[in-house]
Amino acid sequence: MSTTVEPAPAPAPPRPKLRRRRTDGRLRGILGRLVELVLVLLVVSFGTFALVSLMDVDPAVSILGEGYAAEDYEKVREELGLNDPMIVRYFDWLGGALTGDLGQSVVPPYHDVVDRILAALPVSVELAALGMGMALLFSIPLAMWSAYHAGGRIDRFVSAGTFAVLSLPSFLVGLLVILVFSNTLGWFPRAEWSRLSEGLGDNLYHAFLPALTIALAETAMFTRILRNDLIGTLQEDFILAAKAKGMGTVHVLFSDALRPSSFSLITLMGISLGRLIGSTVIVEYLFALPGMGTLVIGAANTGDYVTVQGTVLVIAVIYVVTNALIDLSYGYLDPRVRRSHV
Amino acid sequence: MTQSTAQVHPAQAPVTDQPMLVVDDLRTVIQTARGPLKAVDGVSLILRKGEALGIVGESGSGKSVLGRTIMGLHRTEGPITVTGKVLLDGIDVQALERKQLTELWGSKVGMVFQDPLTALNPVKKVGVHLTETVRKHRGLNRAQARERALELLDLVGIPDSRRRIDQYPHELSGGMRQRVVIAMALANEPELLIADEPTTALDVTVQRQILDLLDRLRAELGMALILISHNLGVVAGRTDRVAVMYAGRVVETADARSLFTQPHHPYAEALLAAIPDLDEPPHLRLAAIDGSPPDMSAPPPGCRFAPRCRYAQDDCVAVAPVLDGPGGHLFACHHPVNAGSLPDERGER
Repeated sequence: MSTTVEPAPAPAPPRPKLRRRRTDGRLRGILGRLVELVLVLLVVSFGTFALVSLMDVDPAVSILGEGYAAEDYEKVREELGLNDPMIVRYFDWLGGALTGDLGQSVVPPYHDVVDRILAALPVSVELAALGMGMALLFSIPLAMWSAYHAGGRIDRFVSAGTFAVLSLPSFLVGLLVILVFSNTLGWFPRAEWSRLSEGLGDNLYHAFLPALTIALAETAMFTRILRNDLIGTLQEDFILAAKAKGMGTVHVLFSDALRPSSFSLITLMGISLGRLIGSTVIVEYLFALPGMGTLVIGAANTGDYVTVQGTVLVIAVIYVVTNALIDLSYGYLDPRVRRSHV
Repeated sequence: MTQSTAQVHPAQAPVTDQPMLVVDDLRTVIQTARGPLKAVDGVSLILRKGEALGIVGESGSGKSVLGRTIMGLHRTEGPITVTGKVLLDGIDVQALERKQLTELWGSKVGMVFQDPLTALNPVKKVGVHLTETVRKHRGLNRAQARERALELLDLVGIPDSRRRIDQYPHELSGGMRQRVVIAMALANEPELLIADEPTTALDVTVQRQILDLLDRLRAELGMALILISHNLGVVAGRTDRVAVMYAGRVVETADARSLFTQPHHPYAEALLAAIPDLDEPPHLRLAAIDGSPPDMSAPPPGCRFAPRCRYAQDDCVAVAPVLDGPGGHLFACHHPVNAGSLPDERGER
């Protein structure tokens, strides 16, 4: 407070003052987060770059193929800048990355890495998002049902079911899904991908089975986590209070219990989303999908280190940014978080 | 339903005099890992409209469970068995479907909870706590509900309601939060308010304000009140009648004055002695009741208070005393204290 003495206590309400202080705090919190985020991204990008040094391939060799001449070898290394110190190469690469240039693939047909990523990323993002959406759609009601009847027959059944799904490896789940929905029922196609640009309906039709495969495992995990948190929340006094003022079961579950119970779920979702975008390799392979997983595996197999670097970087950035957003969402989930640290 | 009401209470007066609440031989058994726990074990009560009843007892005496059983509301959907009868304004609560119960809750009967820190949803604004219940029960639209919420905040004495309505519970003090909890329970002007330890979690200075508020609102709205507390001092002067509970049973019930001046059950006497008195010299040890309440999954035979009772004799352990007494002052004791004020046949000691 300033020391100036005001002659008359102006009827300035304390309200705007309070508000402003809080917004300032929140803004500072977000700025702090951003700085943190940049630092993390720098570390991640350096790690990604350094990864290639750990790869047991000489890029020049993979470009030239076997039986190269010594002078060609030196020339290629010079061209690629491989003879510069690593730190110099890192900043060259980072500078390129920041301007949207991740270099060119070192194996034929020498595509721009950015173009390849732009082709593969939508597939992976769509799969991850669809899988996640389906998982939430299944798991939230399932977890509520289970938690509401905790210890009952339904709960035990759901527990056993989710446990069974979790213990199945994803390729097996994928095969089962294909067997049931594609081979036996013939409802959905297998091993075809239709781009979004070819129409939403067709795209969803083709994306359904892979998304379902992803969703099953996630559903099992989400259901278990959310159920446990819900059981805790349902013991809270405010749940009893909500019932006591006549709110129906559905209202109590969705409006009162869900949000306070979703911290673990949201955290898990962040981790899952990042993971799904980069590592749905098995699902992509099963359904022959041109996603990020396929891209990075193919590049690694051919020693295409530039593509590997670029792809891993993009996945890492998505992962970090997603989780930063998740952190911010805690403030929405619990207003008490807004005022404290953030 | 009305027919069965008449059977249980043949002497029932015309509708105008219909009691707000009739509890008849109510038993609540909770299945626990250690076996069935008789939390409420044969309680009967009658509450007239607009009357204030205090229910007093130690922690674990079953008073809170009784309060909830009256509403038909339980913390878990778990294995709870209720027998006996609860007639809320003539409505048999046990016979209602869940959906009908929710219609009753918050409109005919409201509940105030012990801890205002936990009774409000941390992620909901103060206003939402109030608007959702009036929208449900009164079918108000958003704007009307908000008006009603402001009205309620004013009613329970929350200053600056227009600002408070958009705040979150954690931005309010404990006393303010308890006012919100009360406003929530009163939102639809229930005919019966059950206040379960409404001041236990509050500062002493705030306790008084909240109790005075409840008292005032009861008079203004003409509702019946059940005030549950472990503290006889809280109930004193604010209730018409008091029921003392011990180990799931009512051991003594009377109009407030006669219970406070002439308690007959040794437990009631001991509770009264446990109220600190400012007139006594400082640093005096507070009177306490030795021992602890019985394990309700295996209560002692006979009088349940006997193991802790200074007046206990052989028959106390053998035969459970019946709740009985002259002129509405009922007690369950073979050897009552203050026996001088009693008619002869039970005044032996």
